[in-house]
Amino acid sequence: MGMLSARRLRALLRKEWLQVRRDPMTLRLIIALPVMQLLIFGYAINSNPHDLPTGVLMAEPSRYERTIVAALRNTGYYRTRLVRSEAEAEAGIAEGRLLFVVDFPPGFDRAVDRGEAPSVLVDTDGTDPTAVGYATAALSGLGDVLARDLPPARRGMALPVPFRFVVHTRYNPEQLTVLNVVPGLICVVLMMSTLMLTTLAITRERGTMENLLAMPVRPVEVMLAKIAPYIGIGYLQVLVILLIAVLLLHLPVHGSILLLFGVLGVFIASNLALGITYSTLAANQMQAQQMAQFTMLPFMLLSGFVFPFQGMPRWARVIGEGMPTTHAMRIVRGVLLKGNGLAEILPDLWPIVLFTLCTVAVAVRFYRETLD
Amino acid sequence: MNGPKPEDYVIDVHDLRKDFGTLRVVDGLSLRVARGEICGFLGANGSGKTTTIRMLCGLLVPDAGRGTCLGLDIIRDAPRIRRQVGYMTQRFSLYEDLTVRENLELVAGIYELSDPRGAVDAMLDRMELRGRASQLAGQLSGGWKQRLALTACVLHRPALLLLDEPTAGVDARARRAFWDLIHDMAGGGLTVLVSTHYMDEAERCARVVYLAGGRIVVQGSAGELLARVGLVTFEGTGDGVEDAVRRLREAPGVEAATVFGRALHVAGMDRARLEEAIRAQGGGLAWQEVPPRLEDVFIHLLGQEDG
Repeated sequence: MGMLSARRLRALLRKEWLQVRRDPMTLRLIIALPVMQLLIFGYAINSNPHDLPTGVLMAEPSRYERTIVAALRNTGYYRTRLVRSEAEAEAGIAEGRLLFVVDFPPGFDRAVDRGEAPSVLVDTDGTDPTAVGYATAALSGLGDVLARDLPPARRGMALPVPFRFVVHTRYNPEQLTVLNVVPGLICVVLMMSTLMLTTLAITRERGTMENLLAMPVRPVEVMLAKIAPYIGIGYLQVLVILLIAVLLLHLPVHGSILLLFGVLGVFIASNLALGITYSTLAANQMQAQQMAQFTMLPFMLLSGFVFPFQGMPRWARVIGEGMPTTHAMRIVRGVLLKGNGLAEILPDLWPIVLFTLCTVAVAVRFYRETLD
Repeated sequence: MNGPKPEDYVIDVHDLRKDFGTLRVVDGLSLRVARGEICGFLGANGSGKTTTIRMLCGLLVPDAGRGTCLGLDIIRDAPRIRRQVGYMTQRFSLYEDLTVRENLELVAGIYELSDPRGAVDAMLDRMELRGRASQLAGQLSGGWKQRLALTACVLHRPALLLLDEPTAGVDARARRAFWDLIHDMAGGGLTVLVSTHYMDEAERCARVVYLAGGRIVVQGSAGELLARVGLVTFEGTGDGVEDAVRRLREAPGVEAATVFGRALHVAGMDRARLEEAIRAQGGGLAWQEVPPRLEDVFIHLLGQEDG
């Protein structure tokens, strides 16, 4: 018996190859995973995000104001639209639909002409400093946009400057990235652990399922029993993460912790539902785990956790809106950093509920009471 | 004649059919099993035994046919049938990472027994599992696993037991103990349908049903089967049985030639041709006619299937 026999090795290689081929699902995922990664990294992700949603408050649109708004657009960073009231602007920034609010004071043009150097107030959503950082920096290059519009007497004068941008970073004035990362982390950790655990739940029944089915149990009883312990585990994780975040990382808690706990229950349920669904669809444990991994990647990358959500192209944002993690992340950031209440988080709550219901429907549809 | 009335049949099914894709696994099977009867299900692998049993307890829906199990419709009333049937799967399908007691308490809970602990305790004693109650099911030997599985499916005092090859891979002593338990319970009015490949087990059934190609080929008591098939068997003893068996297998009129240790059994339907074949092969064996064994009957039946 030699150290390494080519014949033996060939026999083993052949067996491995046959086994890989017998599991086409795995093979497909092996191809699909890198394709997806490349597409997401290559096209969707942009750490220098452009086209950020910006609300503009103008009493009566004037010449200078229009010029400044056009200049903001021309930087490529600002996608502007008019907002009618301060309340609308406030709601937009609280719910995360607006990252900037540009507010011109009344009588802006006259103040410029008189050389009073009026301030244009720029409110930014500081919860994700990387999302707004480049755009904010670009403001400093816009000081002379009015140069050609000014009355001839004032052209070419360095002082006084025609106007000033005053940037007001909301929610996270010190622009600490940790404030952005920790709430996101809560969602990602919850998503990963609950999804992974439940994908194993039903596939673990292989072999014992026939016996379980032969006894008088209802599918919904089997599912509930499998889900319940993981909800408890999920809450334990939330508690641990929050304690570390608040006590060690000094994360501010502006909103209601009770509300947060309630909403996270819905989020946990959505992940469990997805995990159970994978578990019923997959032929074996390996497949269920791969399905879970396959979803975790976009859930993490397209949710706004690693890269600014608003910086992604439209198609990626549409996908992102369909994922519970995206909405959960907004809710957690909103409640913790912005002090949002139920009214502000509602727009992000119903998509999670809808996702859960759809997923449960699929799971129940494919869970069989017979072996057919 | 005073036969059983229709309501005495615990299993009463007609023309059951089941296809898996293009494969017809059960093909027009009709079966009646009376209350308290132990009915043996025999047949080659793939003859439709497991599929039939699964249809009887509602785990599979028949593609055609109808019938009742415990007086309940096997299609409409499957959930109610499940409450009154104990089904033991071919593969061990309890939880290996739970102890004997934990497994049984789970089953007791699922059947909503009023006193689960008491029921489990009583059954642990009756099945002599008490000493192993806290052992993990996965660590039990084959024989004890089967005993645990049987315990789990009689815990809720079912009226009908469906046992799918309950003793496969279990040693002779454990099998005997297992069958003593089954007879014990049948004495108390329990009806049992049991599939097996073991001839000694078939002989312990009141009635044997032989399946081939998803149909019942022959049924009756072991004695009836032997008589009905009319097989003639000769036994040859002496030196050279290995050479003799090789020659006899090819000989006309010989349906089965099997070596049992130092003895050779030759079986066939036609006495004259069988005697001729034995004469023709020569050799120095001493021959005598012996009563046919059930195994010879089944090998004969299996041979007919192939032909």
